Amino acid sequence: MSAVTAPRRRFGGLSGGNARAIIERGLRATMSNNYLIILSGFFEPVFYLFSMGIGLGGIIGSIDVNGTSIPYGAYIAPALLAVSAMNGAIYDSTWNVFFKLNFGKLYQTMLLTSLGPLDVAIGEITLALLRGGVYAVGFLIVMQAMGLVLSPFALLAIPAVILIAAGFASMGMAFTSYMKTFQQMDWLPMVMLPMFLFSATFYPITVYPEAIQLMIQAFPLWHGVELIRMLTTGIFTSAIWIHIGYFLVMLGIGVVVVSRRLRKLFLS
Amino acid sequence: MPPVIRAENLTKVYGDLTAVNGISFEVPRGESFGLLGPNGAGKSTAMKMIASVSARTSGVLEVLGLDPNTDGPAIRSQLGVVPQEDNLDQELRVAENLISYGRFFGMSRADATARATELLEFAQLTDRAKAKVEPLSGGMKRRLTIARSLMNDPQMLLLDEPTTGLDPQARHVLWDRLFRLKERGTTLILTTHYMDEAEQLCDRLIVVDQGAIMAEGSPAQLIREHSTREVLEVRYGSANNAVVAKQIADVGDRQEILPDRILIYSDNGERDLAEITKRGHHPTTSLVRRSSLEDVFLRLTGRTLVE
Repeated sequence: MSAVTAPRRRFGGLSGGNARAIIERGLRATMSNNYLIILSGFFEPVFYLFSMGIGLGGIIGSIDVNGTSIPYGAYIAPALLAVSAMNGAIYDSTWNVFFKLNFGKLYQTMLLTSLGPLDVAIGEITLALLRGGVYAVGFLIVMQAMGLVLSPFALLAIPAVILIAAGFASMGMAFTSYMKTFQQMDWLPMVMLPMFLFSATFYPITVYPEAIQLMIQAFPLWHGVELIRMLTTGIFTSAIWIHIGYFLVMLGIGVVVVSRRLRKLFLS
Repeated sequence: MPPVIRAENLTKVYGDLTAVNGISFEVPRGESFGLLGPNGAGKSTAMKMIASVSARTSGVLEVLGLDPNTDGPAIRSQLGVVPQEDNLDQELRVAENLISYGRFFGMSRADATARATELLEFAQLTDRAKAKVEPLSGGMKRRLTIARSLMNDPQMLLLDEPTTGLDPQARHVLWDRLFRLKERGTTLILTTHYMDEAEQLCDRLIVVDQGAIMAEGSPAQLIREHSTREVLEVRYGSANNAVVAKQIADVGDRQEILPDRILIYSDNGERDLAEITKRGHHPTTSLVRRSSLEDVFLRLTGRTLVE
C-alpha cells in the first residue's frame, strides 16, 4: 500500500503540517555542498571582537552602562553576538532564498507535493535561525574564553539569539519574496551596514540627538543588541520586555507575509 | 466510479488574458487523457489548476473528488507531477532527490529510501544513484523527474510536454515507461504538441485552442471526424502548385494548397493520384499516407502561427 496519507486540511490548504521535511532537505543540501562557506559568517564578528575589543578596548578602558562600569570588550561582545545572529539569519533567508526562488525553482517543486506555502516558510526560516544559533553558540564560547561574560544569565543569550535570528530570518525572507533581480538585492547592505554601525554596537546611542536615537530604536538590531547586552552583563532594565516583544511581532509579521507571498507566487 | 477529474466551465483569467475559457471535461479513473493545442492555448494553465498549484477564476473543478482551492495538500498527496521544465534539486544527488521528495509527502525515511531504490531501477538510473544531477543527459533528467513524480505512488500522473527536447531514443524509452504505468492502472494526463506522442499514449484527448475546446475524442475518432482516411501529397514546385491546384480542384474531398505542396484529403489516395496523372499533371514527387492526428490538429487550430 501507499506510504503516503493525505494530510488534514490546515489553514485553508496553506499547510501540509510537514515543515520538518524542508529543514531536513536544507541540512542535507548544506552537508553535501557548502558547509565551509557557513564558517565564514562565524568569523566576521570574531574578527571585530579581536580588533575592536582588544585594540580599542586597550585605549578606551571601560564604559558606563546604567551606572555600572564594564570593560569595553564586554560592552561590544554582546552587540557582536546579536550581529552574528543577524548575519547568519539574513544570509540564509535572503541570498539563499533568492536563488531557490528565482533560479533553482525549488519552492515550485516543493509545492507540487503535499506541502503548503506555510510549511515552506516555516522550514526555511527555521533553517536560517539554526544557522544564526550555531554562530551564536560559537561566539558565546569565544566570549567566555576571553572573560567577557559577566553574568550567568548569559546562557539565556542562546534562546534570545534564536529569537533575534527568527525575527531577522522571517523579515529577510519576506523582503526577498519581492525581489526579482540582483540589483534589487543590493539594497540589502544599504540597510544592514548602517544598522550594524549605529545600533549601540560600539558606543551608547546617547551620543546622538534624541531624533536620531528614536530612529535607531525603530530598527531591530538595536533591540537585539540591548537584549543580549542585558543578559551577558547582568545589568537589566524593564525595557527587556519591549525588546523581546519587538522580535515576537517581527517574527509574526514575517511569517504571515512570507506565506502570503508564497501563495501568491506559486498557488494563485 | 466517480471521475478523477471533473471540470465544468473551468476558467482562468490573468489580468486581461483569458488563458482558459470555460472548458468542461471529465476523466474517468485509469484513462490516459491528452490535452493538445498550440503554444499559448491554455494547456499548461489547465494542468496547473488540476495540479492544485493555480486557483481557478471561475467554474467547477474537482480532482479526486476534492476542491483544489481548499484541499491543495490533500489532492497533491495523490498526484504525481512532471513539469515542463526539469526542476530537479541541484544541491542534492540523484537518489537524495527522490528521498527528500518522498519526505515532502510525509513518507518515513525507510519507506522513501526503499521506494527510491525501486524507482531508480524503473527509471534505469540505478548506477547513477550517487551522481550529481547537473551533468545528467536530458533524457536521464526527464526519467529522474518522472521517477520523482512517482515517489508518492500517485493515483494520477500529470505530464506537461514530457518528451519535448529529447532525442528519439530517449523519447521511446520514456514512452515505454509511461506505457507500463498506464498498464498498471495509473491515470495519465498529458499535454503535448507531438501528435505521434498523443497517438501512442492517449486513449482520449481534447484539442484546445485559445483557451477553448475545439474537439474531443479518441485519436481514431478524431481522425474519422475531422479528416479523411488518406492524404495525398503532391509537389509541382513552388511556382506551379497554385496553378495546378486550380485544374485538379475537383479531386478528393478537400484540398489544402501550401507553398511547397498540395494536400489532397481523400478516401483513396492512389486512385486520386492516378486521376491527376491521367490529366497530364505529373508531380515531381508524390506521397500517399494515412491521415494522422497532425492533420486533424492543423485543420482545427489552423496553419498560421498565432502568438
